Amino acid sequence: MIKITGKAWKVGDHIDTDVIIPAPYLNITDPSKLKEGLFEPIRKNFSKMVNAGDILLGGKNFGCGSSREHAPLAIKASGISCVIAKSFARIFYRNSFNIGLPLIISPQAVDGSEEGDLLEVNFEEGRIKNLTKNSEFSFPPLEKFLLEISSEGLINYILKRKNEI
Amino acid sequence: MGWTITEKILGSHIGKEGVSQGEHIFADVDFMLANDITFPLSINILKELKDVEFKGIKKLTLVADHFTPNKDVRSAENVKLLREFSRKYGIKLYEGGTCGVEHCLLPEEGLVVPGNLIIGADSHTCTYGALGAFSTGVGSTDLAGAIISGKVWLRVPETIKIEYRGKPQKWVYGKDIILMTLKDLGEESGIYRSLEFSGETISYLDMPQRFTICNMAVEGGEKNGIIQPDKITEAYVKERAKRTWKFYYSDSDAKYAEVRTYDISKLTPQVALPHSPLNSVSIFEISKIEIDQVFIGSCTNGWYEDLRIAAEVIKGKKVNDNMRLIVAPATYKIYLQALKDGILEIFASAGAIISPPTCGPCLGGHMGVLASGEKAVSTTNRNFIGRMGHPESEVYLANPAVAAASAVLGRIAHPDEVK
Repeated sequence: MIKITGKAWKVGDHIDTDVIIPAPYLNITDPSKLKEGLFEPIRKNFSKMVNAGDILLGGKNFGCGSSREHAPLAIKASGISCVIAKSFARIFYRNSFNIGLPLIISPQAVDGSEEGDLLEVNFEEGRIKNLTKNSEFSFPPLEKFLLEISSEGLINYILKRKNEI
Repeated sequence: MGWTITEKILGSHIGKEGVSQGEHIFADVDFMLANDITFPLSINILKELKDVEFKGIKKLTLVADHFTPNKDVRSAENVKLLREFSRKYGIKLYEGGTCGVEHCLLPEEGLVVPGNLIIGADSHTCTYGALGAFSTGVGSTDLAGAIISGKVWLRVPETIKIEYRGKPQKWVYGKDIILMTLKDLGEESGIYRSLEFSGETISYLDMPQRFTICNMAVEGGEKNGIIQPDKITEAYVKERAKRTWKFYYSDSDAKYAEVRTYDISKLTPQVALPHSPLNSVSIFEISKIEIDQVFIGSCTNGWYEDLRIAAEVIKGKKVNDNMRLIVAPATYKIYLQALKDGILEIFASAGAIISPPTCGPCLGGHMGVLASGEKAVSTTNRNFIGRMGHPESEVYLANPAVAAASAVLGRIAHPDEVK
C-alpha cells in the first residue's frame, strides 16, 4: 500500500453517510452487494463506473452522520483504493482505517484536482502527484498507529498484540 | 493543571488520573451496545475467528431497534442472527415487545451509568454523556475489537466548554439549545473534540432534555458531549441504575480548547432547515412552509416528556387534513406510561398514527417514509438529503411543541399559533 495510482472521482462538501449508502441498503452485509447502493442519492450506479484502484476526492466533513460501517465498506468494495478529502467526520475516519481503507486529509490536492485526473499517492513520503496536471501536493505522513491499523486491519492488530493491549 | 471530566473518565479507564490531549490510548470499556443494522457486520468478523477468547463479551447488550418490527425478510434474518448470537453467548437482546430506541431504552433500564466508558455501534451513543459518562459512537469493527479485547482505541479529544446562562422561555427546550449551539459552532470546529455543556441553564433542564443535547453533539462531528452530574442526575440514576456508578467533575483549572457562553433566556424555538442539522433558524424567521408529515419520536425527542409537551399543544385539536402525524414513543415503558396517562388517547383522537417504539421513520427505514417533493417536520436529529425517504424530500428538525403545532396547522408553526 506504499504507492497507488488511479483515476480521480470527485464529490462535494458534507457528503454524509446517508448519501454514501442510504438506509434501504443497511440490512445488507455483503460488500459486493452493498456497493450497488454507493452514492445512490447523488450518483446512481457509481460503483459500475469505478475501476479498481481509483481514488475518491471529497470536500469538507466527508462521512458525517451515522456510524454505519456500510459506508466505508461500500466505497472499498467499489474498487476505490483511498479517499482524499478536505476533512473527515470522526467515526467514518476510524471505521475506514479499521477496515483497511486509507484516508488522506489534503484540501490542496482536492482543490487542485478534477474528476478524471490521474493521481499517484505515495503514503510513505506523504505525497500526491496529479499526473494529468503535472502538479504535486504533500500531506503529513500518517501516524504509525493509524498506518499499522490500516495495513493490518483493527482485528489483526488487536490479535497480534493481545498481551500488550 | 487540572483535568476535564472527559479526561478523568478516560484516565480512570487506563489506570491513570487523567490523560493528555492527542494521546492514543487503549481504554477499558464498561458497556457496549449494537443494533440490528450494525451488529450483523460485527458477527461477520467474529464468526471467522478460531480459538479467540472474547474478553469483552459480557459487556455487550444488543437492541434490535432500527427496523423493528422487522420490515422485510432481510431485516428479519438480521434480527435472527442477533437472537442466535445472544443465546449462544448469554447476551441480553431487546427485541419485540421489550424493544425500544436504544438511547432511551438503556438509560431507562439503568444499564448505562455515570462515570462509565461506553461505546456503541451507533453514532448517537453520545447521548449518555448527559449522565456524566464518556460515551461515543464507533463502527462494527471497533465493536468486534472491543468484544475480543474488552478495550477500544481512542485519541484523547480536546474539550470545548459551552456555558449556558439564563432560564429557557416557554416552548424552548434542550432541542432548541443544541440546534442553536451546533449552528454557532459551525461545521468543523467540533470534529474530534469533546463538548462539555455547563452553566446555570443546565439546572433548569430535566434528564430527557439533557439527553437531547448530548444526543446531537455528534452532528457537529464531536467525539462526545458531556454534562457534569448534579442532583437531577443523581435522582434519575438512583431510581434506575442496575450497575455501580461514579460521579466525576472537571477541575476548576482544567484545560479547554475554547469556552463559549450563550444567553438562553432570549432563545426562541429553532428549526433546522434542509439538509443539515447545523442549519437552524428561529421559527420567527420562517415564512409559510406547508408540510406533508410530522414525526414525533426517536432517540432525540421520543421521551415521555416530549410526548407530554406535544399532547399539551394538540389536545382537543385535529391533525390537519393535508398531512400525517406519526407518534412513536421511544420505549415500551414510555408507551405504557403515555397510554395510562391518556396521552396516546389525545394523539389518537386528533387523528395521529401511533407507532410502536422504533427508529424506522427517523432514518427513512420504514413506518413513515417520504415521497419525492414531500416535506416533513421531525423531532429527530438529522435532515440530510433523503434521510427520511426520497432524495427529493425535505426534513425540518424541531422540538416536540413546534412539531405538534405544525401537525395541527399543516405548516411549520409556533405552538402559540394553535388556538
